[in-house]
Amino acid sequence: MLRIINLESGYGSLRVIRGVSLHVNPGEIVTIIGANGAGKTTLLNTISGLIRATSGRIIFDSRDVTGLAAEKVVSLGCVLVPEGRQVFSTMTVKENLLLGACPRGKRAAGRADKDIERVYNIFPRLRERHNQLAGTLSGGEQQMLAIARALMSDPRLIMMDEPSMGLAPVIVREIFGIISRLRREGKTLLLVEQNARMALGISDRGYVLETGRIVLQGPSEDLLQNRDVQRAYLGRDLDAEIRL
Amino acid sequence: MGVELFLQYIAAGVTYGIIYAIVAIGFNIIYNTTGIINFAQGEFVMLGSMIAISLHGVMPLLPSIVLASVVTMFIGALIEVLFIRWLKSPTVLRMIIITIGLSILIRELALSIWGEGVRALPYFTGNEVSSVEIGMIRISPQVLWVVGVCLFMVAVLQGFFHFTLLGRKMRACAANPVAARLCGINTKNMVTLSFMLSALIGAVAGCVVSPITYSQYNMGTGLAIKGFTVAILGGLGNSLAALGGGIVLGILESFSVWFMPSAYKDAISIAILLVILFVRPSGLFGSKERMALKEF
Ligand SMILES: Nc1ncnc2c1ncn2[C@@H]1O[C@H](COP(=O)(O)OP(=O)(O)OP(=O)(O)O)[C@@H](O)[C@H]1O
Ligand SMILES: [Mg+2]
Repeated sequence: MLRIINLESGYGSLRVIRGVSLHVNPGEIVTIIGANGAGKTTLLNTISGLIRATSGRIIFDSRDVTGLAAEKVVSLGCVLVPEGRQVFSTMTVKENLLLGACPRGKRAAGRADKDIERVYNIFPRLRERHNQLAGTLSGGEQQMLAIARALMSDPRLIMMDEPSMGLAPVIVREIFGIISRLRREGKTLLLVEQNARMALGISDRGYVLETGRIVLQGPSEDLLQNRDVQRAYLGRDLDAEIRL
Repeated sequence: MGVELFLQYIAAGVTYGIIYAIVAIGFNIIYNTTGIINFAQGEFVMLGSMIAISLHGVMPLLPSIVLASVVTMFIGALIEVLFIRWLKSPTVLRMIIITIGLSILIRELALSIWGEGVRALPYFTGNEVSSVEIGMIRISPQVLWVVGVCLFMVAVLQGFFHFTLLGRKMRACAANPVAARLCGINTKNMVTLSFMLSALIGAVAGCVVSPITYSQYNMGTGLAIKGFTVAILGGLGNSLAALGGGIVLGILESFSVWFMPSAYKDAISIAILLVILFVRPSGLFGSKERMALKEF
């Protein structure tokens, strides 16, 4: 569904992503983990078209989308839930959702109400807050709104940048539950997470990104068992445990 | 002062104030989608009325106003496409210099096209001496045209921004441009559209007010300063507050002739502007986040 070949990108002369290759198969959940500043956000922003790649290729659905503007990429069915939620804070929950349907163009306008009802079924809390300004929602509700807004575009691939950031454990579980549910409903997901244990727990495969390069990849169970991953991202030092 | 005279001054103040408010709303529309203060805003008012006056030489009043407004709207689009669109993350200072430069350019072009002469559109209904009686005061029917047309535009704009998809897209760009792009919105086109809308309402306002205030190639400068004052007074970005602020400034000006020479009338808005800038200088460009939270 998504294939990235030797991607390089960055900001001005600063190279952040240095030759990343990865792929996501239809129906998969794939997780990218990496330390702060590794370039995870830069990578997703490049795929979604917010940042221009300096070299390499991005293939979505066997179509080359490298260099396409963000508003084009999303209309092809590849949507990003950006880091830090980024809801339209001065607009109501419902308006946010209506805007989420824009990538589908005119044909979506007629059935917007039905689509909104569908995402309200996934996020009942949003239904109760229908006419509330998005800026006044709690952090967890804003994250749900950001995901719901992305769903309104009826995407095939959903990329999420740290959906659990700054949320209480029970909300994090709720969000991960929704991610699993989305996969069951036929969506493909590419996750970026600091919460490596939970993310790898629900995903099929994972990649480890370090200073702009993929240093490790494999099925999620293997990564969860890997010593380096455990030490660096799961907060567990096996060597120290053995010494004890 | 008699009550009648008092009301008469209020009516005059409201007439001018509403025009200031329209200019201020023009500032707001562009500021909200781009963060740019377009100091050429007053020139849209001038262009609208001057073009309409010229067209009125060859066609009836209504078509000349409609055509002039549409032409001005496309001039707004042209300005955005030629001078603004290709700039990558320009600084506030650079934008101020560009828009002030544009306003000078437009003014000089207008001078060479229309000369220095003072012109005016005819009264829409009746003439200079006809008047309608409302309660205790007699006012020119043109005042009703100004108030009616401008309030109508404000109402339509509110409806547009809050109930149409296009208007919501423009507000989305104002609220969060990156998220707007991720929702498939072409933010550059929205910026062009905001210039077109501002130019359009400025031009219409210029046409309805022309019979009362007359039009001249340099009328835009004063209007821009006053509209800017009102926009700041009402809190940048807020259209209904701009309406209130405009009327307050208009009434203040209108009463000022009681306690100072009328030549100083224009100084009032400058004084207000300075006071605001002294009291809360950061309120202007200081906090973008807070500004972004403001509504149209
Ligand atoms: N707008 C920007 N301009 C310049 N450099 C940037 C910009 N955004 C990020 N960077 C730099 O790019 C590098 C990677 O940043 P990025 O945000 O992609 O990391 P990340 O893996 O998402 O980190 P985190 O886990 O903290 O979100 C960092 O060194 C950062 O300083
Ligand atoms: Mg990040």
